[in-house]
Amino acid sequence: MDLSELLKIGDREKKQQKSIRVHCCTSTGCQAANSLSVKNNLANAVQELGLSDRVEVVGVGCMGFCGRGPLVQIDPEDILYEVVTPEEAPSIIDALSGGVAKPIQGNSQHPFFARQMRIVRQHTGKVDPERIEEYIAVGGYQSLYKVLYEMTPAEVVSEISKSGLRGRGGGGYPTGLKWATVAKMPGDQKYVICNGDEGDPGAFMDRSVLESDPHLVLEGMVIAGYAVGANHGYIYVRAEYPLAIQRLQKAIQQAKKYGILGSQIFESPFDFKIDIRIGAGAFVCGEETALIQSIEGKRGNPVPRPPYPAESGLWKCPTLINNVETLANVATIIHQGADWYASIGTENSKGTKIFALTGKIRNNGLIEVPMGISLREIVEEMGGGVPDGEVKAVQTGGPSGGCIPASMLDIPVDYDSLSKIGSMMGSGGMVVMDRATSMVEVAQFYMQFCREESCGKCVPCRAGTVQLYSLLDKILNKQGTQADLEKLETLCHMVKKTSLCGLGISAPNPILSTLRYFPEEYQELIPAESLNGKVRHGSS
Amino acid sequence: MSVKTLTINNTPVAAEEGKTILEAAKEAGIHIPTLCFLEGVSTVAACRMCLVEIEGINKLLPACVTQVTEAIVVHTNTPKLQEYRRMVIELLFAEGNHVCSICVANGNCELQNLAIEVGMDHTRFPYRFPKRSVDVSHPQFGIDRNRCILCTRCVRVCGEIEGAHVWDVAQRGADAYIVSGLSQPWSEVEACTSCGKCVDACPTGAIFRKGTTTAEKQRDRAKLQFLVDAREKHEWTR
Repeated sequence: MDLSELLKIGDREKKQQKSIRVHCCTSTGCQAANSLSVKNNLANAVQELGLSDRVEVVGVGCMGFCGRGPLVQIDPEDILYEVVTPEEAPSIIDALSGGVAKPIQGNSQHPFFARQMRIVRQHTGKVDPERIEEYIAVGGYQSLYKVLYEMTPAEVVSEISKSGLRGRGGGGYPTGLKWATVAKMPGDQKYVICNGDEGDPGAFMDRSVLESDPHLVLEGMVIAGYAVGANHGYIYVRAEYPLAIQRLQKAIQQAKKYGILGSQIFESPFDFKIDIRIGAGAFVCGEETALIQSIEGKRGNPVPRPPYPAESGLWKCPTLINNVETLANVATIIHQGADWYASIGTENSKGTKIFALTGKIRNNGLIEVPMGISLREIVEEMGGGVPDGEVKAVQTGGPSGGCIPASMLDIPVDYDSLSKIGSMMGSGGMVVMDRATSMVEVAQFYMQFCREESCGKCVPCRAGTVQLYSLLDKILNKQGTQADLEKLETLCHMVKKTSLCGLGISAPNPILSTLRYFPEEYQELIPAESLNGKVRHGSS
Repeated sequence: MSVKTLTINNTPVAAEEGKTILEAAKEAGIHIPTLCFLEGVSTVAACRMCLVEIEGINKLLPACVTQVTEAIVVHTNTPKLQEYRRMVIELLFAEGNHVCSICVANGNCELQNLAIEVGMDHTRFPYRFPKRSVDVSHPQFGIDRNRCILCTRCVRVCGEIEGAHVWDVAQRGADAYIVSGLSQPWSEVEACTSCGKCVDACPTGAIFRKGTTTAEKQRDRAKLQFLVDAREKHEWTR
């Protein structure tokens, strides 16, 4: 297949598409709210009303406003319906020929949508993730073609470097530098791994990308493979994401059929195949060295770095490992150019970031915003604030991140600003907490998570998280002393400094950040009699 | 092969390229405490006892896996490191059921020795008193998981020197434990050759010879090194 054939597939697809497209979300969130029945009833109504010549119902990926699903959106008028029930669904089709639609009509001009900037999610909610033709029709795989025929691998690497893209899994390592390292490593066999082992509580950005636009990730992987000189890629997805796995499988099959994956891609000398590996439910397998062990069929335990995977990774070969969202940026950077991408965001954080906005907030869901937007804009304008209350804190970065107090909401959301105040960008979980939330309980929740997800290999993480959890338990039960608070902090620093992998190193962050910004909440839990360090029953 | 020069605790040291900081320090007569490290088997850097400070590097690095590089300045015994090491030992004592006075390894236990070395007279963390299993089904040996510190030396000697791979780690976090075979009683694991290397490797009294009682555990640690040397360097005499 060459470029003209690719364009022809796109044109044919565009011609086939009806003038009115009714998009019904079929992602996991909306499916759980019965969106498949909604979609069926919509399609039946189109048949019954004889509108098949100009109306089609398309199952699409996530539209983002997950708290108000199932969502139905109609193009080209851009009408949005929220919380659509299967019973009310036919009235939406009826409304297309003069009737009245019963479901609640959403406001697509609401800041929740209007303030977004969609790069990774540009096609989601518009294309059917199960049909490669729809992806091709919106310009898909043209970047890959361009890369294979117009650019050298070194040019691709330098384009990604110039774009300023940084790892979206949380660490924020410069993507171009990682690519350059793998590209420059000697060796015939190299690998590309896509890390889809998203596990932070409250985070579902990668799931949504994989479910809604799997080809975008595949295209990014193949480009990465070409750039670093790898011919084999693995997508590591957690088993808890069955729909993402199913759609990825379908996407890989379809791409193979068109000669976009496999041998001699686009009839060039470049080969690249992609396999899926399914995680068995351990959070720590999102850590890159543990993930590699898991792909190799071993117990998913982290191993010390260096050597970094770029040097010695999967089966001791140089391995590029990038997060789903990072790879999903690649095709657009190639298409629009590094300068365009670098013009978005702040000085050291370029492009956009997807956040899963959850917790005590009016508008729950996924948003993609340019870096540098203030936390206040996200929480108050886009999220609509806390229903009947006030924001107390925003937790970013999941169990590795920290709690940002309401007084700091004007902070710009970028890698450096967030880590400066003791939190982190993380993979994109953003949990809003209101005044009624106990920050010590929040810290304990995350510590419980880390305690249960520690692999048990290194002592500080295995035994330290257990002790940190029980110290918090003691404090929450009003049995704690001032000495316990000091012990808590000392142990936090020890676990942070001595743990083997990122899980242990960042596990104390939720405690440290709440100790820093909400010390009064800890103090309130310490009985007054024990202020001198003695326990209540110990004093005579 | 080139030689790197570095400084460990203000002492200039020369070491061959590829050597670890631990090896370089040992050669120079500088002691770095270790626990999961065992000569002759792979390194896992799990116990964190051998963490050292390297000037200009923000992270503490495990000496057992970190290779020497030119001109690095290493500190192995700063007050911070002493404090962390003591805490590691405290955490280990609080985590399991370590009662020296009734243990086969009393007086011959690496955990006990390290506790003395780091000056741990008590643990500031409450004892967890976990309920762990004991397997004495094997005719010659027994494993008391209450005394296990999950250093995985047994897993490594069995897999890498004996080639039997009887042991592995099951579960995770605080629930992790050393499992025999496919979670079978030790005596039913056909892969076990009853070689006893795991007894020799175990730093505590977790794996022991039956018939030994309090403070009677002896190890033939030199045997492991002898086997590795015989295999790799063809040195057949002990």
